[in-house]
Amino acid sequence: MTRFIDLTLNGISTGAVYAAVALALVLTWRATRIVNFAQGGMLMITTFIASSVISTSGSYWLGFAVALVCGLVLGAVVERALMRRVESGAPLNAVIVALGLLILLQALAGMIWGNTPRSFPPAFSIRGYDVGGTHVLFAPNDTFTVLVVIGVAAGLAALFRGTTIGLKMRAAAFQPEVARMLGVRVGRMFTLGWALAALVGSLAGLLVAPAVFVGPNQFDPILIFGFTAAVLGGLDSPVGAVVGGVALGLVLSYVSGYEGASLVTLAALVILIAVLMIRPGGLFSSTQERRV
Amino acid sequence: MARLEIEKLTTDYGPVRAVDGVTLAVDEGSITTVLGANGAGKTSLLRTISGLERASDGRVRLDGEDILGVPVEDIVRRGLAHVPEGRGVIAELSTEENLRLGGLWRGAEAATLGEIYELFPPLRERRGQLAASLSGGERQMLSIGRALMARPRVLLLDEPSLGLAPLVSAQIMQLISKLAAESELAVLLVEQNARSALSIAHRGVVLNLGRVVADDAAQTLSADEGLRKAYLGF
Repeated sequence: MTRFIDLTLNGISTGAVYAAVALALVLTWRATRIVNFAQGGMLMITTFIASSVISTSGSYWLGFAVALVCGLVLGAVVERALMRRVESGAPLNAVIVALGLLILLQALAGMIWGNTPRSFPPAFSIRGYDVGGTHVLFAPNDTFTVLVVIGVAAGLAALFRGTTIGLKMRAAAFQPEVARMLGVRVGRMFTLGWALAALVGSLAGLLVAPAVFVGPNQFDPILIFGFTAAVLGGLDSPVGAVVGGVALGLVLSYVSGYEGASLVTLAALVILIAVLMIRPGGLFSSTQERRV
Repeated sequence: MARLEIEKLTTDYGPVRAVDGVTLAVDEGSITTVLGANGAGKTSLLRTISGLERASDGRVRLDGEDILGVPVEDIVRRGLAHVPEGRGVIAELSTEENLRLGGLWRGAEAATLGEIYELFPPLRERRGQLAASLSGGERQMLSIGRALMARPRVLLLDEPSLGLAPLVSAQIMQLISKLAAESELAVLLVEQNARSALSIAHRGVVLNLGRVVADDAAQTLSADEGLRKAYLGF
């Protein structure tokens, strides 16, 4: 029973990280109908930047803040400079550009920071809470992770539902031509969507880095898990992304705990394929079609 | 000077000339209807005026000011609103969100919204519902109401009666007629249903293969039997 509780707690905190990656993917999908396969590379770069800032300045929170700002800027630049050219073309064009960007970013990171994974400090203690004399598999840092992801999801929901800029973003995403005719600066909304997505992505990178270490390829599995979580939630729904992330976190935690850690990636891919075959719209989506 | 003046407007889709040297004018407080069969270039004409398609030649003036080549996002800021074919209601947003969108660029809020609800009472009842749940007539009201949120001087309407029951279609036509008269709006109305369009329009322009084949007072066009048989189908 203790083991089950431990695995559940662990599933929730890792699931929160998958949810954050899924949120980033959902945001770009909502903004421009592009699945950003470069997201893993983008959050890897910002986490490396955080790592450098932390080791030179000695301040975790300075590195944290710099990474978020870099994420915001990187997202906007990628949309403006690269994706703008392929947004209106065939969906596969955007996929290829994103994959190319991923490879480029990984190569650049290797050249700048080296290919040996380095450790990354957590925001808070990773020593599990003491419950009745035993340490459970849930630490103050996990509380932080879960709260941050809940906060981000709530903040995004408030932005989309409660503000005029959110209304413009949704209009631009659903019907760009109509939005333009109503005076919405659709291009800016796309840039903003990508910037926000990359901000959330860089946050996910910071949250997961203590567990996976920082290296050019260290975040690849996280992107697969995040993508699975996003598909599980329907790709279109921020709420779906969070629920999908936590659900995936739990399942993978049980698989890892009861069957063995080596099966985790395989299990994620099985879930991904199963969802795509049985319910391609995801658990929360009402849309019928899917371009990618 | 007419409020909206179109001069020798030409639009090409590759080798196909969709709009071929169209010249027409719409005065404030009046309705000009553009008639013609499918593929006559009616929708292309409207899309070119509002900047959705690039013109190969010609001029479009709004109150004497050249607006051809102005980006789509800015056309509405110059005073021209376009209600697209198929209504262009954003189904995933609520009725009120759709309406608010129309006035966001000018910071239009509660007051204008109230006026639109006065004009279209059924929309007020459905303000919180997704636009996807509205009937055809309500969607048309929403689409026109949303365009009016911008307080335009020129309104382009593309087939507002398409797919509506005859009674609903007649109501919409009455409303357009009232709008033009009361708010000094210049309305350019594209219609497949020539009879009902001519019943409210002051002037009619008949297009065939992108060219103007007739341009006259609405009554004169209605009375011209040869023209009616050849192009208007009634």
